Amino acid sequence: MRRRMNHRLFKRLQGKESDLMNEVVSFFSTTIRLAAPTLLAALGIVFSERAGIVNIGTEGMMLVGALAGVIGSYVTGSAWLGMLIAVFVTVLFSAIFAYFTVVVKADQTVIGTGMNLLASGLTITVNRALFGASTSPPEIDSFGIVAIPGLSSIPIIGPIFFNHHIIVYLTFILVPIAQFVMFRTNIGLKVRSVGENPKACDTVGIRVGLTRFLSILYSGVLAGMAGSFISMGMVSFFTEGMIAGGGFIALAAVVFGNYTPRGVMLSSLVFGASNSLMYRLQALATNIPSQFLLMIPYVITIISLCIVSRKSNKPLGSGKPYIKE
Amino acid sequence: MVSERTRMEGLSIKQRFQETLKSVYFPFVAIVVSLLFGSVVILATSSTSPLTAYGHMLKGAFGSIAAFDSTLIKAIPLIFTALSFSLARRSGIINLGAEGQFMMGALAATAVGVATPNLPAIIHLPATLLAGFLGGALFGLITGVLKVKFGASELIITIMLNYIAKELISYFVNGPLMDSASSSYPQSAPMEPSARLYKFIPGLNVHTGLLIALAFIFLYYFFLWKTTAGFDMRVVGFNPSAGAYAGMSIGRSTILALFLAGGLAGLGGCIEIIAVQGRLMMTSFAVPYGFTGIAVALLGNLNPLGVLFSGILFGGLSAGALRMEVMTRDVSSSVAVVIQALIILFIAGRQMFAFKRRYRYRPSSEKRKGKTVVDDATEDESPTVQATAGEGE
Repeated sequence: MRRRMNHRLFKRLQGKESDLMNEVVSFFSTTIRLAAPTLLAALGIVFSERAGIVNIGTEGMMLVGALAGVIGSYVTGSAWLGMLIAVFVTVLFSAIFAYFTVVVKADQTVIGTGMNLLASGLTITVNRALFGASTSPPEIDSFGIVAIPGLSSIPIIGPIFFNHHIIVYLTFILVPIAQFVMFRTNIGLKVRSVGENPKACDTVGIRVGLTRFLSILYSGVLAGMAGSFISMGMVSFFTEGMIAGGGFIALAAVVFGNYTPRGVMLSSLVFGASNSLMYRLQALATNIPSQFLLMIPYVITIISLCIVSRKSNKPLGSGKPYIKE
Repeated sequence: MVSERTRMEGLSIKQRFQETLKSVYFPFVAIVVSLLFGSVVILATSSTSPLTAYGHMLKGAFGSIAAFDSTLIKAIPLIFTALSFSLARRSGIINLGAEGQFMMGALAATAVGVATPNLPAIIHLPATLLAGFLGGALFGLITGVLKVKFGASELIITIMLNYIAKELISYFVNGPLMDSASSSYPQSAPMEPSARLYKFIPGLNVHTGLLIALAFIFLYYFFLWKTTAGFDMRVVGFNPSAGAYAGMSIGRSTILALFLAGGLAGLGGCIEIIAVQGRLMMTSFAVPYGFTGIAVALLGNLNPLGVLFSGILFGGLSAGALRMEVMTRDVSSSVAVVIQALIILFIAGRQMFAFKRRYRYRPSSEKRKGKTVVDDATEDESPTVQATAGEGE
């Protein structure tokens, strides 16, 4: 009798344990999935920030990428071609930002804000013109989950790390590459020094404007990928204003990650975890109002900025247009 | 123009004329170029000709007394958010948080406006307005304190606070402030009649909020150009190290600026609720008043009268955009947002429209080289520096 009870208790505990295990696995897996778009965009921003450009327009670039990706995928029937089109369109869009900040030498923050407003207006206008304001979203091809054969069947590790969209793998592979390029190559050296001391760079013949222009375009490439991944990977439709601060959070991830690709990866994971925590708590149906859960990522962003701002690798020439004398 | 006068002192008539021309030339060109690009968007996304669309827009904005009436109503919140951005910008801070401060002002005003029935209007209305101001001001203060205490950049913080404000509104209209009479819909109870603003011109819908807006335009001028605190703020904004050298506290100036900027935006939100919407809803904030206010402030060159005129112009743009959408049926009113965004770009990048710059600085002038650089770098602040110099004497 007693043994049977023990057995029953053991069974129940085991059930609880595997429930907990599932919770943990799903928490970490969601964290990685949600960190990916932030990280992808932030890996672009980190280069333009190092070159001395405060790229507050990333939010708008991602929004443009999100819509362009959906349209591209709708027209071509392929998510990959959709993303290619998104990247192309976003690079053109970021060229406007680059033109105003580098060539015209206007205030970067104000131009960035203008770009965000422009993206918001343009995407609403184009989306309504193409798909109508209130009809259901069009069917599009989107990115599916690619389980890596072999690795994904390892218990716990497999579902956390090796069962994601292909863009997620690419994003994390890009981190060491970006780290290498930024600190071990000539390109990285140029980008960093242009942000740190544009005048000295100019003296030794590095083209400050060109370097900055290209790093903005590069951040546009990644913002376009990140935006289209949100509209074609996380979900498979476009809604007005769907980035909802994702671009700004990516910018915060760069500051919090202290302007290095590796740091950016860690801070993106923190933001991903805060998002993931929000979804977990929502699913648990606690009596905390959902609005307060939705605030978590924004609050964590603010706290993280307050932690790091005093000792940072922020380039000296950040935010200032370079004017040749 | 009030602030122009200080700038004009000591200039010859010809120079004065050139200065005035310059202050009108850039906004004019920016608007024209933005409308041109806007017409490209209209052509690309609809089958209506841009001229027809703009015609409807113009009619909806300034075509009749009734149209101008609705333009003025739309201009009032924009004037407040523009003053918010201008005040902060003058003290060297970029306040991207007017959106959230606007919402928090509306929220605080609603709490006071619905909570206390049977109060005489003479107490209730000022209390509601004060709550609106404080709601926004305290939200601005958060940014100010975090910036000064931790050195965190105000850009991202203000934007994050905008999203937090949105969630707070959603929480309150779904929870504590939800109307118990119609509990199925997320909105507050209607404001008490004693906490509302009313029409004051027979036959027109424009409300007394317009007078409050005009009063605050004057207060903005008076504070920045006629008080010590305002003077300190402008000096710190123009040149922080000079301000610090003169014994001014940059931290205090920053916190005060964000407090007041938040308060201005909050008051705008308060007035929008108690005069126009009548109750707090999620849809109360469908128009991005905070971000549009940035465009208004920049177009008005951060000057009191400039803000007034560009506020009315942008009010017309949104009022006209609604009529344009209704009349043409296929041109989205969001084209107005595109035009506003383009105006921000072209005003901020106005150097691209400057021509014959070299003629202003004669090659023989010894200061030429230094002058050119300063002018390029601080095109935005040039009115400030001259005004400052004028008053310092």
